[in-house]
Amino acid sequence: MSLHGHVPPEPDLIQLLTPEGIRVEHPDFPLSITDDEITSLYRDLVLVRRFDAEATALQRQGELGLWASCLGQEAAQVGAGRALRSQDMSFPTYREHGVAWCQDVDPVTLLGMFRGVSLGGWNPNENNFNLYTIVLGAQTLHAVGYAMGVVRDGAVGSGEKDRDTAVLAFFGDGASSQGDVNEAFIWAAAANLPVVFYCQNNQWAISEAVERQSRVPLFQRASGFGFPGVRVDGNDVLACLAVSRQALDEARSGQGPTLIEAYTYRMGAHTTSDDPTRYRLTDELETWRLRDPIERVRAYLVREAGVGQDFFDALDAESEALAERIREACRTLTDPGPLSPFDHVYAEQTDELAAQRAGYVDYLNSFEGAGH
Amino acid sequence: MSTMSMAAALNAALRNRMEADPKVLVMGLDVGKLGGVFRITDGLQKDFGEDRVIDAPLGESGIVGSAVGLAIRGYRPVCEIQFDGFVYPAFDQIVCQLAKFHNRSLGQVKMPVTIRIPYGGGIGAVEHHSESPEAYFAHTAGLKVVTCSNPSDAYWMLRQAIECDDPVIFFEPKRRYWAKGDVDTDARPAPLHKAHVVRPGRDATLVAYGPMVATALDAARAAAEDGSELEVIDLRSLSPIDTDTVVQSVTKTGRLVVVHEASVTLGMGAEIAARVQERAFYSLEAPILRVGGFDTPYPPSRIEEEWLPDVDRILDAVDRALSY
Repeated sequence: MSLHGHVPPEPDLIQLLTPEGIRVEHPDFPLSITDDEITSLYRDLVLVRRFDAEATALQRQGELGLWASCLGQEAAQVGAGRALRSQDMSFPTYREHGVAWCQDVDPVTLLGMFRGVSLGGWNPNENNFNLYTIVLGAQTLHAVGYAMGVVRDGAVGSGEKDRDTAVLAFFGDGASSQGDVNEAFIWAAAANLPVVFYCQNNQWAISEAVERQSRVPLFQRASGFGFPGVRVDGNDVLACLAVSRQALDEARSGQGPTLIEAYTYRMGAHTTSDDPTRYRLTDELETWRLRDPIERVRAYLVREAGVGQDFFDALDAESEALAERIREACRTLTDPGPLSPFDHVYAEQTDELAAQRAGYVDYLNSFEGAGH
Repeated sequence: MSTMSMAAALNAALRNRMEADPKVLVMGLDVGKLGGVFRITDGLQKDFGEDRVIDAPLGESGIVGSAVGLAIRGYRPVCEIQFDGFVYPAFDQIVCQLAKFHNRSLGQVKMPVTIRIPYGGGIGAVEHHSESPEAYFAHTAGLKVVTCSNPSDAYWMLRQAIECDDPVIFFEPKRRYWAKGDVDTDARPAPLHKAHVVRPGRDATLVAYGPMVATALDAARAAAEDGSELEVIDLRSLSPIDTDTVVQSVTKTGRLVVVHEASVTLGMGAEIAARVQERAFYSLEAPILRVGGFDTPYPPSRIEEEWLPDVDRILDAVDRALSY
């Protein structure tokens, strides 16, 4: 046969909870999970969505300059985030608000860069959640370097549960075309690094459909680099959790990298500056609305776990309280002072920059009534 | 005090820092068994192991990007870019990530990464092996950019660069790698960002750095035979710039010629000229002149000696400054 006659096999979409809320088993990814744990995941999903909706609203009210919504991707993010152990490190893009939530990063912290009062400003090592990285794919190489450090620190394959460390690197279908992502694959494979590459294929890179990026399903790229790739239903929080746990476990034990393609959908715009009606059809949106990551868990909880209305009412109240706290806190995020750009350019300040700052201070003080 | 080549001095500096700090790693292409294409890392892998002297996969963005990740984890990587013209695939990681990370984290994560780049021409090489890209990096906030011109500075400045908690782009004049000089490893080094007056004079100031310092000194010796005393300054640090030392000299001589291999337009000479006219306007007896590469791609090697600034082109500029 001709080389070009070869057709790749249809992807196996790993699923543990159907869009209708029916629990199914997958032979390779058994998940032992209690209904209480599923309830807890549901709470994560709902609160992340509420936070995200509040941030979008804050942008519309002029409180944020921009917001990159994770609407529709909550399960992909919470499933991965809840698979992390406390010693693991995560490297997000700029949309992993659900992972931040799982890593106990205060949602208000994430708002700073979108409000324009900081460029990020949190300490990546405090919650093992790296700063948001805007240049696509750059963070996958940071994850690789971090994992090199993990290996050198002897924190892989020791068999100690609290010591062995995995690194979770997020990127999207668009970034999968970036050179950095491909270099990261090569480095992780060549040195057998404990990195799990987690691609949220949300079908759209702003206006470019995933077909622009690849003629094979993205997860199949891994095989060419020499490590396993799987496609998981990115709207199924249980499947995302099970597959992430497995991949992270294998990374920690020294078996090397994995590529997970979480097959999901960006229900909102790319950012609040985008207008998706110019490039995609409402029909597509409706199809994906039927696969909503939250509704299926709710259906399961009501039908199979006997969770009553009291729980949902209480969660609604908690959601509203969270939204109110975020709203209030966002409005009190104050602008940095005009001299703040000089503060952290260097760890060891240069005389040159100190002089430039001093000149600017003199200029500011030349205005009547100024005091800096 | 011992006499050694610049290459040996750089090697000694790397060895010194690796012995002092287990977080110092060396990474790059062919830095292991081969010791680097210029042998700067010779013997280090044998002594410090494959996990501290890392032969990287062939990707410059990966070398710098992973160095950023190692720094987040608390390491102090020293990257080697094999040749000047190969740094561009890493440009995004250097400019958007390495340079900005400390600032982005509000000072909570340091980026003590050194990137060594052999640079400049004069070695008869093919394209991309003779370039002088220093201005790109000196233009970028968050980076420090330095270059050595002799073995002693090579030793001390590389040690200081590695010890620095900020990212340092360390340019090595590859055509001077094998020139020998005295290195006192017990001396107290000058501050990393201090320029040096390497030859005093009263008639005009020559500012040079890296490979052009030796050429500038040759020019000053030739000028002396004609009765002109040129003061030669080795700039050493390209970001920050020790403007005070240059201004002090020009205040005395009234004339300034800046020399570098890089193309003149928007090169280091432009910045130095701007600063000096701002601070020493009334001392200037002549326009500040620049001698550098032309605004063309680096030429084929058979004519590179014509293209590169040499003693005659420097003296031609000096004559113009003196006769103004």
